[in-house]
Amino acid sequence: MKFALKILKDFPSYLWSGWGAVASILLFVALWDVGNQIYGDLVLPSPLETFKTLGLMLHDDAVIAEIETTLYRASMGFGFSLILGTALGLLAGFFATASMMSRPIVTILVGMPPIAWIVLAMIWFGMGDETVIFTVIVASFPIIFVGALQGTRTLDGELKEMAESFNFPWHMRFFDVYFPHIFSYVFPAWVSGLGMAWKIVIMAELLATSNGIGASLAVARSQLDTPTALSIVVIMIASLMFIEYIILEPIKREVELWRD
Amino acid sequence: MERLEVKKLNHHFGFTEILKNINFTLDKGEVLSIVGPSGGGKTTLLHLCAGLLDVQEGSVTNTFKSSAFAFQEARLLPWKNVIDNISMGLLAKGEKNSEALKKSQEIALRFGLEEDDFEKFPKDLSGGMKQRVSFARALVLKPSLLFLDEPFSALDIGLKKELQSVLIDMISKKEISILFITHDLMEAIRLSDEMLLLKADPGHIVKKFRFDLIQNQREDRYVFSKSVEILQDKEIVSTFELELK
Repeated sequence: MKFALKILKDFPSYLWSGWGAVASILLFVALWDVGNQIYGDLVLPSPLETFKTLGLMLHDDAVIAEIETTLYRASMGFGFSLILGTALGLLAGFFATASMMSRPIVTILVGMPPIAWIVLAMIWFGMGDETVIFTVIVASFPIIFVGALQGTRTLDGELKEMAESFNFPWHMRFFDVYFPHIFSYVFPAWVSGLGMAWKIVIMAELLATSNGIGASLAVARSQLDTPTALSIVVIMIASLMFIEYIILEPIKREVELWRD
Repeated sequence: MERLEVKKLNHHFGFTEILKNINFTLDKGEVLSIVGPSGGGKTTLLHLCAGLLDVQEGSVTNTFKSSAFAFQEARLLPWKNVIDNISMGLLAKGEKNSEALKKSQEIALRFGLEEDDFEKFPKDLSGGMKQRVSFARALVLKPSLLFLDEPFSALDIGLKKELQSVLIDMISKKEISILFITHDLMEAIRLSDEMLLLKADPGHIVKKFRFDLIQNQREDRYVFSKSVEILQDKEIVSTFELELK
């Protein structure tokens, strides 16, 4: 509770520190406009036109429904990875044999290109929610698993001994000694897992489903509707930036205040 | 009567014999130091006495009501500020949060920490400050037995003297019993009532020295002359391999 209040208290000053980021995004938009003036509207629509299309799209119930579908798939897949990856990663971290055995499996999971997973999933599950969710899980699970594994493997033996010498009860051992350390590994892994999930969900939808924003992107491509395609890209990037910079980054700052 | 009694203690790591037939007693209000070269099993012996390692052969009987441990490195929790680190031991004992904080602040001031430092994380503290916090964390518990694992070895002479004088003050009032290990003879002579010499491979006690003068009357002159005397002792020379080859 105290912690949440502190995050809220520091939030305005954090937002205020974002002017540099805003400036660099505006510079990027300016470059985009230059691109539009050189290559013309078909190849690269102007930012103004894109944002107008975006405004229209966001007032369209059909588009909102597509976004909701995608959000549902991404959060199902990511939520599953988060729970499974964290739990299994922690468990594997506590046992030397398990962590040794899981390493090569993780390498296989990470090394296999997501596109190959999509093809397999389409064969296994057909065209639909399951294929997308499965691909998201397969892509973001290993990232979270490795984060949790590293967190538990790198627990400091000296601090454990200290906790033992002061007879810490189990809940203090967990919340004051183990948890902050593990969390400092797991939380960044969640953030990168989320980024991965968001990218993969679009790709899987584009190839394997007939709804969701990934599928809308495919339709826009086939109709050479560049403004809509770009608007969809803007939606994807803006939502990721919102989650990462407005929600996750302030939490991360508070959590990792103690770090160098 | 509170006491720590070690009888016929042997210890192995795998096939390596670390400690062999260790016997000693530490009574309430006494300070016992164990000196010996590095790698001689001192830390193992201290951990066995403090219950951080399981006894394999022989016995360690500890009837002291409470004990605390100060390590060679400070071992602070990096995600807790100074005051929260000091209060950990109190909270582990089940003390109320507000009480624990109050006591921690009092002892922090006594150990030369300032109020500005209370909210700092360990990463913003110097080595000496960390060690003060570590000492405060152990002593705030008012333990009747204190285990010290070469706690002064990384400190400059000023800070070493400051922390030692806090201990000497407590020792002279018979408030605390201490078991400590060190490789610094002068430190042992300044603080202890009895000093055990632990020779390596495997660790065994070769000699005991007693110092009867009360600790707060031990001037530098006393410590130096005792050191000179002891450094000529044959057992000391052979244990620390001081002879010129």
